[in-house]
Amino acid sequence: MKFTWFNLMPWPHLPADFREKNRSVWVDIDSTLYDPVRGHDVYNDYLDLLEYADQLGFDGVGVNEHHQNAYGMMPSPNIMAAALTRRTKNAAIVVLGNSIALYNPPVRVAEEFAMLDVMCGGRLVAGFPVGTSMDTNYCYGQIPALTREKYLEAHELIIRAWKEDKPFAFNGRYNKLRHVNIWPKPIQNPPPIHIPGGGSVETYDFCLDNTYSYSYLSFTGYIRAKALMQGYWDRLTERNEPDESPYRAGFAQTIVVGETDKEAEDLYKEHVNYFYNRCLHVHAGFADAPGYRTIKTIQSGALSQYAPNMGDLSNLSWKQLLDDGYVVAGSPDTVREKLEHLAKSLRVGNLFCLMHVGDMPADKCKHSSKLFAEKVMPKMRNIFPEYDNDTRFWAQPLAKRATPAPVDAALKTRETVAGE
Amino acid sequence: MNLRKIKTRHTETHVLEGGSGPDLLFLHGAGGITLEDPFLQALAAKYHVYAPLLPGYGESDECAEIRDMLDVTLHTYDVAEALGLKKPILAGHSMGGMIAAEMAAIAPNEVEKLCLICPAGLWLEDHQIPDLFSLLPYELPAYLFHDAEAGGKLMTAGMDFSNLDFLKAFLIQNARQMGMAGKLLFPIPERGLRERLYRIKARTVLIWGDSDKLIVPRYAQEFKKLIAKCELVSIAEAGHLVPLEQTAQTVAALGRLG
Repeated sequence: MKFTWFNLMPWPHLPADFREKNRSVWVDIDSTLYDPVRGHDVYNDYLDLLEYADQLGFDGVGVNEHHQNAYGMMPSPNIMAAALTRRTKNAAIVVLGNSIALYNPPVRVAEEFAMLDVMCGGRLVAGFPVGTSMDTNYCYGQIPALTREKYLEAHELIIRAWKEDKPFAFNGRYNKLRHVNIWPKPIQNPPPIHIPGGGSVETYDFCLDNTYSYSYLSFTGYIRAKALMQGYWDRLTERNEPDESPYRAGFAQTIVVGETDKEAEDLYKEHVNYFYNRCLHVHAGFADAPGYRTIKTIQSGALSQYAPNMGDLSNLSWKQLLDDGYVVAGSPDTVREKLEHLAKSLRVGNLFCLMHVGDMPADKCKHSSKLFAEKVMPKMRNIFPEYDNDTRFWAQPLAKRATPAPVDAALKTRETVAGE
Repeated sequence: MNLRKIKTRHTETHVLEGGSGPDLLFLHGAGGITLEDPFLQALAAKYHVYAPLLPGYGESDECAEIRDMLDVTLHTYDVAEALGLKKPILAGHSMGGMIAAEMAAIAPNEVEKLCLICPAGLWLEDHQIPDLFSLLPYELPAYLFHDAEAGGKLMTAGMDFSNLDFLKAFLIQNARQMGMAGKLLFPIPERGLRERLYRIKARTVLIWGDSDKLIVPRYAQEFKKLIAKCELVSIAEAGHLVPLEQTAQTVAALGRLG
């Protein structure tokens, strides 16, 4: 198993009556609720936590892209990833990912991912999401029915920009470039690529065609994910693919660990509640711009998790959240047992552990992460021993990597003096 | 009215056709149109009406090759050609009005009589058009009708969103239709028409409901200013769906084109 410590970077200061007074946490959220001075501490706390996860031995640290969203404060995940390249040492830097249809031209993604991979010595895992409808259509104005075509063109351009040794002209419908010749190129060429999907057959096929890992990033937990992930594995069987490596798939799960089940409830319940009540409050009119999903996908029943009728998540009790698998919480043994079931039932080798939840303070998050790293992770490493050698879907870093030079103590003193 | 299928270069197109009199090509709005539409029925009493359905509307195929304003404009000329029409009266409602105006602007010698019913296509900073694509079904009547209560009943008759089969069918229809409409209207229903309206040579009748809350009547002044031979007919007690709320008056106004 590969464990990635993930932080969505939620704004932890939404008021208690947020839900009553605002229609959406995303797209048209009241921007006066954001305070950049507090934001300074929030970002730094979150980066500390990601660095801590590297120290704990997580295989990866994860960042992602959202726009105009109070539970996902990384409009540019690459900036966060760049910050992580310096003080993390071993963890893969999992950028899940860049919404490639939004970059103009998408060569920018090829360049920035190459920069990141070089900076971190080949630790990059790259993600290419289409992007949610909220981000892609409502915030960034992409025409819904053309988004996928634009995405596929961007993908072709990025891969060619990495692969080709000579400058080339790219005459696309959305990108007309006379001289494509990126500099630098990535160490891993290409880096392992993960594609977040929401159940469309087109995305299953896209992953299988290109040997990309398919990731399902939902907040509704592993029990509800069964049908969707089974759809992927059925498609793989249908297409007669040569192997069914679990590393072809990934899944995101909210996880909190205490010394005991009771401690987990006592410590984390309020923060989990903050997330499900305040952070997932998205106006249904932004869930799914018509044309964003293909007809085939809607016919298959795969609706946005924000669509009307997906159920009101705001008032779920702790027991419901656990019983229905939205959240995996409890003692290390409880968590391990549930996650083993998750890994085997969904057949996923890449687990994106949503270890920071809602407005959870850093000390609690560290406590939970440490218990997970020390008492859960080691016992779950070998769930899929027959695929230990499958390196296709994970970073292959340089054996010898540079480390940042120590801070010059003398200069630091002068800086402090100057600041006084 | 009858349903007829024709082939253009890109796709099979379904056309609602009926009535007798001068040829009239009618282009529907983003909500689409059906054989039972009372406005089409009323038009058919005076005209030979042809109402093509855009790709994705009704049973018309979706068409990935039609992506933007120029594609839709030329596609609609292809439809007129396939129907054998020679300079029909060209009329359009809302998004259809936007397409009709583009057709008249791009080939000004092809259109002699033009009727624009509260067309989309312009954008005024001080009178912004609501985001049709993020409105929920129950929010629509207030924008579309003068009498929102009566309009709401008309629109939601038989709708049951708690029924999952209904919801899925609704979402598929909505994705097909509004997915197509989005190519012209998302996220802002403006594709440069302002710069081209000066080219229109057609005698133009512009029809607007006084209570239009989707594209407010201020836009009528703007279209009137930008189109050379343009007569504005304002209709009282009518919202954006003026052809449904004041059918007879809308037909009479169109009749001013002769």
